[in-house]
Amino acid sequence: MRILFIIFFLLVTSLNLQASSEHAEEEGAVDAFGLIMGHISDSHQWHVIDYTNRHGHPVHISMPLPVILWHDNQLWFYSSDSFFHAEHPVKIGNDHLVLEDGHFYLTDHEGTIIRDGQGSITNPSPLDFSITKNVASMILSMLLLLLIFLSAAKAYARYGMPPPKGFRAILEPLILFVRDDIARSQIDEDKADKFVPFLLTLFFFIWINNLIGIVPFFPGGSNLSGNISFTATLAVFAFLAINIFASKDYWKHIFIAPGMPFPIKILLVPLEFVGIFIKPFALMIRLFANITAGHIIILSLISIIFILKSIYIAPVSVLLSLVMFMLELLVAVLQAYIFTLLTALFIGMSTSKTEH
Amino acid sequence: MEAISLTAIGLGLIVLGAALGIGKIGQSAIEAMSRQPEISSKIQTAMIVAAALIEGVSLFAIVVAWLVD
Repeated sequence: MRILFIIFFLLVTSLNLQASSEHAEEEGAVDAFGLIMGHISDSHQWHVIDYTNRHGHPVHISMPLPVILWHDNQLWFYSSDSFFHAEHPVKIGNDHLVLEDGHFYLTDHEGTIIRDGQGSITNPSPLDFSITKNVASMILSMLLLLLIFLSAAKAYARYGMPPPKGFRAILEPLILFVRDDIARSQIDEDKADKFVPFLLTLFFFIWINNLIGIVPFFPGGSNLSGNISFTATLAVFAFLAINIFASKDYWKHIFIAPGMPFPIKILLVPLEFVGIFIKPFALMIRLFANITAGHIIILSLISIIFILKSIYIAPVSVLLSLVMFMLELLVAVLQAYIFTLLTALFIGMSTSKTEH
Repeated sequence: MEAISLTAIGLGLIVLGAALGIGKIGQSAIEAMSRQPEISSKIQTAMIVAAALIEGVSLFAIVVAWLVD
């Protein structure tokens, strides 16, 4: 545990934090919608804090992240800092780059952005492999998971199986819970243990990312598990796990529907076929919407203070958001549990031998 | 304004339906648990699965309502 804290501390302090002072923006209405959307979407820099210094200038502190682009059959590396405070567009080969609305676009040397009638940008954009805020947060959570579980595994290898001590005393019941109450209760006895590593990974990866997401200050606060690409990737893995190990009976029941009269078969087979894809799709939407909704609710409750511009609303708003944070702690583990449980259920349905 | 209010009504309907469904699941699960406390953990799992399925549909509807808006 102590190592964990030290590494966390090192990570936070060794970051190349850059402060920049800019002139005061126009005073007035707080853009709550823009603030919330900015928080729940991905970003090329990791925002830390904004404050007003002694001279009345607002100071924005954020961590620059690496920008990796593929253009002209070549990889280009930049620091995202060069896009946020640059006067001129950044050169990339014979073209120039501009960061607009969170995307990179190729422009001429003056950085002209061309918009069509609907206001969407028509400039070509290079392939973007950048380490964005979400990716950085995912790397952080992977490191944390590796630290926790490798140290636990090492301890088991060294001490064998006496009653667990310290941090392992929390991990062991959780792991046993996933194995016994999720895997073994949903999947056939002889096949369950094969899927336990996958289900454990799903459970802990989703949980730790949910938890990091609701930490309101710097190393947390990214909306990773509320990002549709993240949940889509997890759903694709669930889809593969469900269908690769499926039994012959499963496919037979989908494409032949034995024992049904022919007119019903015509209805049933397409439905069952679409069902293969709807299951992981529902997993994807559920996690994405739950986590994003939680972030939006908490931020909206905090924003009420600034929308109404009254300090007297603050206690109510803080109390309500405290309650929401509590609820989000529960939702974090519940959604990880539901995702894992439903994946195990679908795997169990596809791998089991049906009794006739 | 027209579109915004329609979306709001749709969201309200979604919430109504989801609340009705999950409420009924919770009610019958608690009734079943009080009748047979010894299998309450199994009932709980079934309850959560059913609630999650309803929630999935309603969240899907919310996302669609949001996108169509």
